[in-house]
This record gives sequence, structure tokens and C-alpha cells, in this order.
Amino acid sequence: MLDAARCVVVRDLLVAWRRRSDVATALLFFVIVASLFPLGIGAEPNLLRAIAPGVIWVAALLSSMLSLSRLFSADHADGTLEQMLLGAAPLGVIAAAKAFAHWLVSGLPLALIAPLIALQYDLPSSLYGVLALSLLLGTPVLSLLGAIGAALTLGLRGGGVLLSLLVLPLYVPVLIMGAGSLEMAAAGMGGQGQLLLLGAMLVVAAAFAPWAISAALRISSE
Amino acid sequence: MLEATGLDCARGGRMLFRGLSLSLRGGERLRIAGANGSGKTSLLRILCGLLSPDAGEVRWRGSAISRLREEYSKQLLYLGHAPAVKDDLTPAENLRITCTLAGMSVVENAVEVSLGRFGLSGMESPVKKLSQGQKRRAALARLPLSESIPLWLLDEPYAALDAAATRLVEELIDGHVARGGAVVLTTHQDTRVGASQVIDLDA
Repeated sequence: MLDAARCVVVRDLLVAWRRRSDVATALLFFVIVASLFPLGIGAEPNLLRAIAPGVIWVAALLSSMLSLSRLFSADHADGTLEQMLLGAAPLGVIAAAKAFAHWLVSGLPLALIAPLIALQYDLPSSLYGVLALSLLLGTPVLSLLGAIGAALTLGLRGGGVLLSLLVLPLYVPVLIMGAGSLEMAAAGMGGQGQLLLLGAMLVVAAAFAPWAISAALRISSE
Repeated sequence: MLEATGLDCARGGRMLFRGLSLSLRGGERLRIAGANGSGKTSLLRILCGLLSPDAGEVRWRGSAISRLREEYSKQLLYLGHAPAVKDDLTPAENLRITCTLAGMSVVENAVEVSLGRFGLSGMESPVKKLSQGQKRRAALARLPLSESIPLWLLDEPYAALDAAATRLVEELIDGHVARGGAVVLTTHQDTRVGASQVIDLDA
């Protein structure tokens, strides 16, 4: 069972490595969207500091969404998804492994690069840790929830737009807690409360999303 | 081994077949024939549990496959008409991955031997650089490694293959049947190989 999970993660990372440009696109998208705001709004440090948490988190949501539509559709098209459905391991394990691989490729790099973005918004360096930590806790939730949407819209025409409509509302609590943790920390009250809530969301999503993903996959691959 | 009773299947508002029953024992070969769009692939997908029939039931050694799930999946090998190989990986990587997912322990030597039989030994380029027929061969290279799996469900196994590869697949199927395995295959052309049972969906 763990063999199958490891195999799926390694396979997806290998495919991502062979298609590096796709990964780089999502990451560059994040950097560019987050950089547009300081350019558009102008160099007003107080204003930038105030909008930074929200803007960085929204950019992270959108960037994580970009690669979602490919999460299952490539496997669906070449028939490997059918082999996973007929695999020896429970589908939930495979689904969790797919979401984990998606996070490694699209979520983890965001958390690592975010302090660089924070520089443009003149955030104090004491907040870099909170920013990275909130993204580390929040982006896996995005991958797990997004995978449910990706599985549901599999094989639909215009699935990409539908996917955004389906998934973005589900992302709202993560956005509120993620950006909130930074705001609280900036106000000197510490963002622990929000970070703990993000952690709780991650635990709940990790426990239940794989079942939802596998049920959705079974429906949409009929 | 495999039994189906009263299967109904409708796709896109059209009835493909109604009340279809079949029973397959070890050492038997069932050929599903029919024109394009007559429901061959749908029937095969029902038999492996990817598609649920509108009515009827498929049973494996007496228990319904909807209850067995992974227990049943372990007993079958399904090759659909999409080759189930990833374009960005080499044939060997693909074969190792499909075998691991199917719950088999992968012996490195066996992977090479099997690829060699299909003329893909030492092929280091990703599958997307290969021809359609070679891609198909990369998928079929699973067959020699799946001798211990009792039920083979093959959708158009001879599509896009040249004479040599067709012969090789026929040999592998013959060998599997001789070992007491069961094979279900779909084809729209009459193959020379005899089948112990034929279901014609056009009739």
C-alpha cells in the first residue's frame, strides 16, 4: 500500500521534472501577480505593508489553482488513471499521494519563495517566518480541496472555468486564516491562533479529502 | 471464475445491450465481437468494475465484484484502448510503475526481459518519441509479467501491432489459457485464434 503511494509520488515528481516548464510557469505566475501590485499602487510603504498579506495569499491561491486542472486530466487521457482505479492499493491512498505530489510541486515552492515577495512589500523580516509557515500549513489544504474539484470536473468540457468556480469558494477559509495570521503577527499579537486553525484545517482535509477525491474519481471515470 | 447475469448497459441514451449473461471458467477464452460503438469496451469496463451496469451483476468466484473491490482488482489485468503509459517516461519506467501499482513486486531482470521480447530493450527515450505501435508494445510488455494474474481483460490487444508483435501477443494469450487463466478480449476483426466462447454484440 505504501509502495503504491511512494510509486505515485515518485512518478508524478519525475513527470513534473521532465516537464519543468509547467512547474516554472505556475511559480512565475505567483511572482508576477504578487509583483504587479507594488508597481500599480506605487511606493507607499504603509499601504503596501497593509495589503501584503492579502495579496500574497490571493496570488498563492491562484497559482495553486493553475496546475490543478492538469492534476488528473493527463492521467485520464493516457489511461493511467484507469490503472490506478484498478490498482491493488485503496484509491484513497493513491488520491492522497497525488495531492501530496501536487503540493510538493506547486505549494512548497511558494512557501519557500514567499519571503522574497515580502521584500517588495517592505514587510519586517520578523514576519517572514510567519508568512512561510502559514503557506506551509495552508497550501497542502489547497491541494487537497483542489483535488476534489479536479476529480469532479474530470472530462467535462470547459472544466477549467468550472473548476475555479467550484474550488475558489472552498479556499476562502484558508485565505482568511492565512492572511489573518500575518495581520495579527504584524499587529504584534502573534499569529499562533490562526496558524493553529490552519493546522486543524490541514488535519481535517488530510483525513477526509482522500475519500471525497476517490469517490469523485469513480464517478467521473464511468 | 467470472460470471455475469442480466447485464444492461445504456450509454448516451442508447441501449447497447440488454440481459447479457456470460460465464467464464479457467482455461477459457472469450472473444467479444461487434461493430464500432456496439458496446465492446463498455462491456469490458463493466467486467473489470470501472463501469457499473444499469442492471445485473458481475460475480468473481461467487461474490459480487462491487463488494470485492481491490480484492478483485488484484486478480485481474485490464488493458484499455488507451495504452496507459506516461508520455514523459521511458518504457522501463512505465512498466515498473504499472507493476507496482498493480501490487506486484518488480524484479528488475524480468522487466528487461519482457521489454526485450517486445523489442524495446534498452530504449532510453521517453514514450512520446516512440511510434504508436511501439507505445502499444510498451503497454503490452505487462503481459509476460502478469502470468500469475488469473483474469486478463484486453481491449483490442492487436490494434496498431505488426505481424511479429501480433504473433507474440497470441502466444502469450495461448500460454495464459494453457496455464488455466481466463482471457476476455475484444476485437472487431476475426482473429485466427480460436475462442472457446464468442459474444457478438451485433447479433
